[in-house]
Amino acid sequence: MTTLETQATPMTQKSTPTEMTHAVPAQAMGGLHTETTLIEVKDCNLFYGSKQALFDISMNIPAKRVTAFIGPSGCGKSTLLRCINRMNDLIEGVRIEGSMNINGINIYDRRTDVIELRKRVGMVFQKSNPFPKSIYENICYGLRIAGVNDKKVLDEVVERSLKGAALWEEVKDRLHDSALGLSGGQQQRLCIARAVAVEPEVILMDEPCSALDPIATAKVEELIHELKKQFTIVIVTHNMQQAGRCSDYTAFFYLGKLIEFDATERIFTNPKEKQTEDYITGRFG
Amino acid sequence: MKAELNKDPDLKALFHRGEHLIWITGAALSLSLLMITGLILLVISRGMGFFWPSPLTQVTGADGKDIAGVVMSSEKFRKQGADGKMVSGERSNIKVGNRDLYGLDFRWVEHEGLTNWCTPKDAIQIERWEYGDFIGFIKSFNQSDAPVAEGTVAWERFKKELPIALKLHRKIAEMERDEIGAINNDIRAAELKIKKIQFAEKDAVKRDSQVAQLQAQIAKDKVEFEEVRVKVAKLAESARTNSITMLSSDGREKTILMDQIVRAYQPNSMSFLQKAGHYIEKLTEFITDEPREANTEGGIWPAIFGTVMMTLILSALVAPLGVVAAFYLREYAKQGPIVRAVRIAINNLAGVPSIVFGVFGLGFFIYTIGGTLDSIFYPERLPTPTFGTGGILWASFTLALLTVPVVIVATEESIAAVPRGMREGSLALGASKFQTVCRIIFPAAVPGMLTGLILAMARGAGEVAPLMITGVVKLAPALPVDATAPFVHLERKFMHLGFHIYDVGFQSPNIEAAKPMVYTTTLLLLIVVVLLNVAAIQLRDKIRKKYQTGAFA
Ligand SMILES: Nc1ncnc2c1ncn2[C@@H]1O[C@H](COP(=O)(O)OP(=O)(O)O)[C@@H](O)[C@H]1O
Ligand SMILES: [Mg+2]
Repeated sequence: MTTLETQATPMTQKSTPTEMTHAVPAQAMGGLHTETTLIEVKDCNLFYGSKQALFDISMNIPAKRVTAFIGPSGCGKSTLLRCINRMNDLIEGVRIEGSMNINGINIYDRRTDVIELRKRVGMVFQKSNPFPKSIYENICYGLRIAGVNDKKVLDEVVERSLKGAALWEEVKDRLHDSALGLSGGQQQRLCIARAVAVEPEVILMDEPCSALDPIATAKVEELIHELKKQFTIVIVTHNMQQAGRCSDYTAFFYLGKLIEFDATERIFTNPKEKQTEDYITGRFG
Repeated sequence: MKAELNKDPDLKALFHRGEHLIWITGAALSLSLLMITGLILLVISRGMGFFWPSPLTQVTGADGKDIAGVVMSSEKFRKQGADGKMVSGERSNIKVGNRDLYGLDFRWVEHEGLTNWCTPKDAIQIERWEYGDFIGFIKSFNQSDAPVAEGTVAWERFKKELPIALKLHRKIAEMERDEIGAINNDIRAAELKIKKIQFAEKDAVKRDSQVAQLQAQIAKDKVEFEEVRVKVAKLAESARTNSITMLSSDGREKTILMDQIVRAYQPNSMSFLQKAGHYIEKLTEFITDEPREANTEGGIWPAIFGTVMMTLILSALVAPLGVVAAFYLREYAKQGPIVRAVRIAINNLAGVPSIVFGVFGLGFFIYTIGGTLDSIFYPERLPTPTFGTGGILWASFTLALLTVPVVIVATEESIAAVPRGMREGSLALGASKFQTVCRIIFPAAVPGMLTGLILAMARGAGEVAPLMITGVVKLAPALPVDATAPFVHLERKFMHLGFHIYDVGFQSPNIEAAKPMVYTTTLLLLIVVVLLNVAAIQLRDKIRKKYQTGAFA
C-alpha cells in the first residue's frame, strides 16, 4: 500500500509526454492515493513465447472500486487482466516477470494455491459461457466443486447470487431449465451471478458487454454499480462511455504499456498524456 | 468487360466460379449412393423372396420321365449341335429335392425335348428334418405301416396329424436337451469335483470319503439318466408309428415317418393369404430357430444372438478404454513429438489387417491370459482348456482392440470441440483440472464419444476374419447365455452372422441350397447392424438434446 503524497497537478496544465514516458500512477494519482490498495502490480512484464505483450506495468488497484482498463485492441488489457487470476497459466509458453500482490501476498509465488486464488478472484468473460446445465447448477458449480452439497445452503446461495445479479425475478420460475435457453444478456448476468456465488474479493470482467445489446448492457452496468459495494471490480472495456459511466478509476494502455492511470473523471476531462487524450477524443484507436 | 447484370453467365464464367467442381462433388456422392443402394437392393431382392413359396413345375423329359421341382433360374447358353456347329439352347436350374432318392437336389435341365410343362395342383413340397425337401405327390397315410387313407383323403388326414407329430417332436427334443442335459451337467460337475479333490485335498481319509460321496451321487444320476432315456425312447417309438407314402415325379415310392417332417404344403393351390402366412412362418423360424442340415435350413437365431452379444461386450470394453485413453492423450499428456507419434500410431492401427489382430488375440488373450486363468482357476479340467481356447469373451477383446482407434479419435475430436470458454469458466471458478474434465468436458464430449462408439460397433459387428481364430464356430452347441449356472458363459464358442455367411456361402456341401441363405443372412446382418446403430444414435440424440436445451440437474 502506498502512502506517497503526490503533488496534485493543476487541472488546466498538461504535462509533456517526455516527462511521462514511464507513467507510474502513484505519482499521478488524483484520489487514488487515498484509497486502500488491494492489487499491487509491480514491474510486470509478460511474454508470449518470445513476443513481449506487457511492458513494465506497475499499478495499484484500489479495493471496493471499479477500475476500468481501456485502450486500443491488442494493447494487452486482457492479458493483464488474466494475470490477476493466473488464467494465463493455461497458455503454453507464457512467461511473467515482476510481481503481483493481492492483499500483500504474491500470487506468483511458488507456494500460491492457484485454485484458492481463482476462488478469490472471479472472472466474467467477453463471451458469456454458461455451462450446459440448469440455471441452478450453473450458480452452484463453484460451491459444488468446493464440496458444498447441502441443499439448503445451495438454495440460499442461488437466490442471493441471482438477486445480486438482478436476474432473480426473470428466472426464479425456471431455475431448473437449461441456462442455454436464456437470452445473451441474461446469460452474461448469469455468469456474473455464478462468479458472485463463490464470494470472491475481486471480480475481473473482460469486455462483459461487447456482445450485448444496449438494454442488456445498461442492465449489466447497473449491476456493476451495485456490485462494487461488495467487490473489487476490474473491467476491460472497449467502450469509452461505459468506462466513463461505471468506473471510478481508469487505466489507459497502449502497445503493452500503461500510459495513464487516474480517476476516471480526470482521465476523461483532463488527461495528462497526449496519447490518452487522442484516444479518448477518438483521434486514433 | 462487364457482363450484363440480368444475363445468364456463360460457360466460361461458370467454369471460373468453380461450378464444375460442385458438379463433380455431386457426381461422386451420387456414385457412392448408387453403388450402396445397388448392393442393398440386390441383397433385399434376393434375401426377401427366399421364403415366398414358389410354384412347383412338372415337365416330361426326353426320356419320358417326369421331373418336378422349383425352377430356380433359367439361362441361354451355347453348345455344340449335332452337326458340330455351335447352336444356342436354353436350360434351367431346377430344385428337384429328394436328395435321398436322387443324390442331388438341384439339376440343370436343358429345355430341348421337354414337353408337358405344367404346375399340378396336388404337387406337394415337404420340408424334412434331414435330407432336405421332398417334392412329389401323396399316395397314402399309414398307421403302423398299414395304409389307412389314400389320395386327397390322405392329404387331409396328414394335415390333421402333422401338428400332433410336431408337438411330440418338440417334446422329445426338449427332454433330450433339458432333462438329459441337466443330468449330464450334474455328472460332469461331480466328476470335475472328484478331480479337484484328488488334486487339492491332502488328507487321505477326508479325500476318500468326499470322493465316495460324489461317486454315489454320480451313480444315482446315472440311474436317473437311464430312466429318462427310456422315457424318451418310448416317446420316440410312438412318434414313429404314423407315416406317409409319397410318390416322386419319376414314379418312385418313398415312405416318410411323420416324425421326420417339419412342414408340408401344396404351393400350386395356395391362395395369396396362405402364401403370406407361409412366408411369415418361415421368416419367424429363420429368425428364432437353430440351423439344420449344415446350416442350409432352419434358422440363424444362435448367430443373431452371438453377433449382438459380441457387439455389446465389445462396446462395453471399447468405450471406457478408448475414452480414457483419449482423455489422457488430449488433457494430460504433454503435447509434443511423443504424443504426436502416438497419435499417428493410433490412426495407423486402423489400417492394420484385421487378421493380424486375430493372431494377436489368439497369442495374447487366448494362450497367455486364458492359459494363465486356466492354470490358476481350472487346473482340474486341464488339459481341456476353459478360457485357454477361443470364446466370445476373447473375440470381443480382440475386436475391442481392433476398434479402439475409432473411439479414441472420435473422443479426442469431441474433446477438442468443447469451447474454450467453458473450460476457462470452470477453472476461473476454482475448479481443478480433473473437476473440469469430469464435470464440464466429459458431459459435453459424450455425443462425440457415442459417434465413435457407433462407428466402432458397425466395424466390429461386420468383422469376420479375426473371429475365425478367436472363437467363432459354424455350429455352437449352446448359446453363451442359458439356464445353467452361472447363466453367462463368456468362455463359450459362439456363432456369428458374418461368419455364418462365409460358412454357408463357401463351406457348404450343398452350395445351391445355401445360396439364398447367404442373401437372407446378409440382409439380417445388415438389419442387426442398423438396429444396433439406430439404438446408439437414439441414445446420442437424447443426450445431445438434454445437453443443449433440456433440464440438466
Ligand atoms: N495466446 C496468445 N499467444 C500469443 N500472443 C497473444 C496471445 N494472446 C494475446 N496475444 C498477443 O498479446 C497482445 C495483447 O493481447 P490482448 O491482451 O488480448 O489485447 P486486448 O485485450 O487489449 O485487445 C496482442 O498483440 C496479442 O496478439
Ligand atoms: Mg481483449
